[in-house]
Amino acid sequence: MAQLTLPKGSSVKAGKVWPKPDGDNIREFKIYRYDPDQGGNPRTDTFFVNVSECGPMILDALLWIKDNIDATLTLRRSCREGICGSCSMNVDGLNTLACTKGMSEVKGVIKVYPLPHLPVVKDLVPDLSNFYAQHRSIEPWLQTKTPAPGTEWKQSHEDREKLDGLYECILCACCSTSCPSYWWNGDRYLGPAILLQAYRWLIDSRDEATGERLDNIEDPFRLYRCHTIMNCTNVCPKGLNPAQAIAEIKKLMIERQI
Amino acid sequence: MSIKTPLKKVTGLGSAKSGTTHFWHQRLTALANIPLSIFLIWFIASVAGANRLLMVVMLSNPIISSLLILSIFSILWHMRLGMQVVIEDYIATESRKILALTLNNFFVIGVGALCIISVLKLGFGG
Ligand code: SF4
Ligand code: SF4
Ligand code: FES
Repeated sequence: MAQLTLPKGSSVKAGKVWPKPDGDNIREFKIYRYDPDQGGNPRTDTFFVNVSECGPMILDALLWIKDNIDATLTLRRSCREGICGSCSMNVDGLNTLACTKGMSEVKGVIKVYPLPHLPVVKDLVPDLSNFYAQHRSIEPWLQTKTPAPGTEWKQSHEDREKLDGLYECILCACCSTSCPSYWWNGDRYLGPAILLQAYRWLIDSRDEATGERLDNIEDPFRLYRCHTIMNCTNVCPKGLNPAQAIAEIKKLMIERQI
Repeated sequence: MSIKTPLKKVTGLGSAKSGTTHFWHQRLTALANIPLSIFLIWFIASVAGANRLLMVVMLSNPIISSLLILSIFSILWHMRLGMQVVIEDYIATESRKILALTLNNFFVIGVGALCIISVLKLGFGG
């Protein structure tokens, strides 16, 4: 649903300026804060981070703030090496992983917001229930009708290579939440991350549900809301190309008709 | 109030199992529009300032009138498909969306009929 201005309760107000620590290597952060228990509008708090005391990544600075200034700053993270997809957020206007984005990549004040256009649970933690349900809806597992072989399902090297550039997706949702089409119609459009996953199963040589999979996403909203805006490919922190995967799905749709 | 699981909301009414024809036609008409627009520009330039008689002479040539009708068809169809996407993207209220989609269809069919009949009328001698 297109909404070009923020609803009243969501517009971001200036927040607290936290005291500056000592040291000469200080960087300024503006961080989105929202606490459902306190209510009110979200705000951006200003923090000063002594970057000599922490690692080089945005996540290091956020954890430094948690440890040294405000323990209530809320964010998700797990692996801190770009493999779990938990720490996705909007840094300096681009969706990315806080753990793999270096502070040196951002000039001036570092602005940190949650992923855009999702309900906010608290601070930098968005509600991804819809995103996960969409992933569930494409049935992201191997489906076969042939009785299972005694050993494993075999796949040639060439067919395995077709999954390169797809299997690496960590479902961080950076791409989907950067896509204007997903912002406007995220309730019905599956978005780039889920469509990339759908393609990963569509072209798996072992999978026997290709037709059903195509049926399931052949829909003006589920698939065809993609207008090749390419934001998804621009932001993917794993360097994947969801826009191309979507284009390939569209090709398969046409291929099975002609 | 209604309590639904996220999966229930996502699966909704199921897949419409359509959209491919729309997508394909949009690409196809985009392609056709390239030569047809070049023809159209040529045609408009060559009849600029022409009187009715010259128009009748030009349009009595079946190649010219056919290309003109094809241009009208292809461009209007492309416009219809494009507008449909814009409406679906940006109008969320169901009743307004259906109204806008209907008007979009009526407009294209109306303008198309008017243009094609005009070309035929002139082509058959005015
Ligand atoms: S290419 Fe498609 S999925 Fe990617 S940002 Fe654009 S509309 Fe969204
Ligand atoms: S395609 Fe890239 S941006 Fe999108 S969910 Fe996967 S890893 Fe994240
Ligand atoms: S903490 Fe796992 S991807 Fe950043």
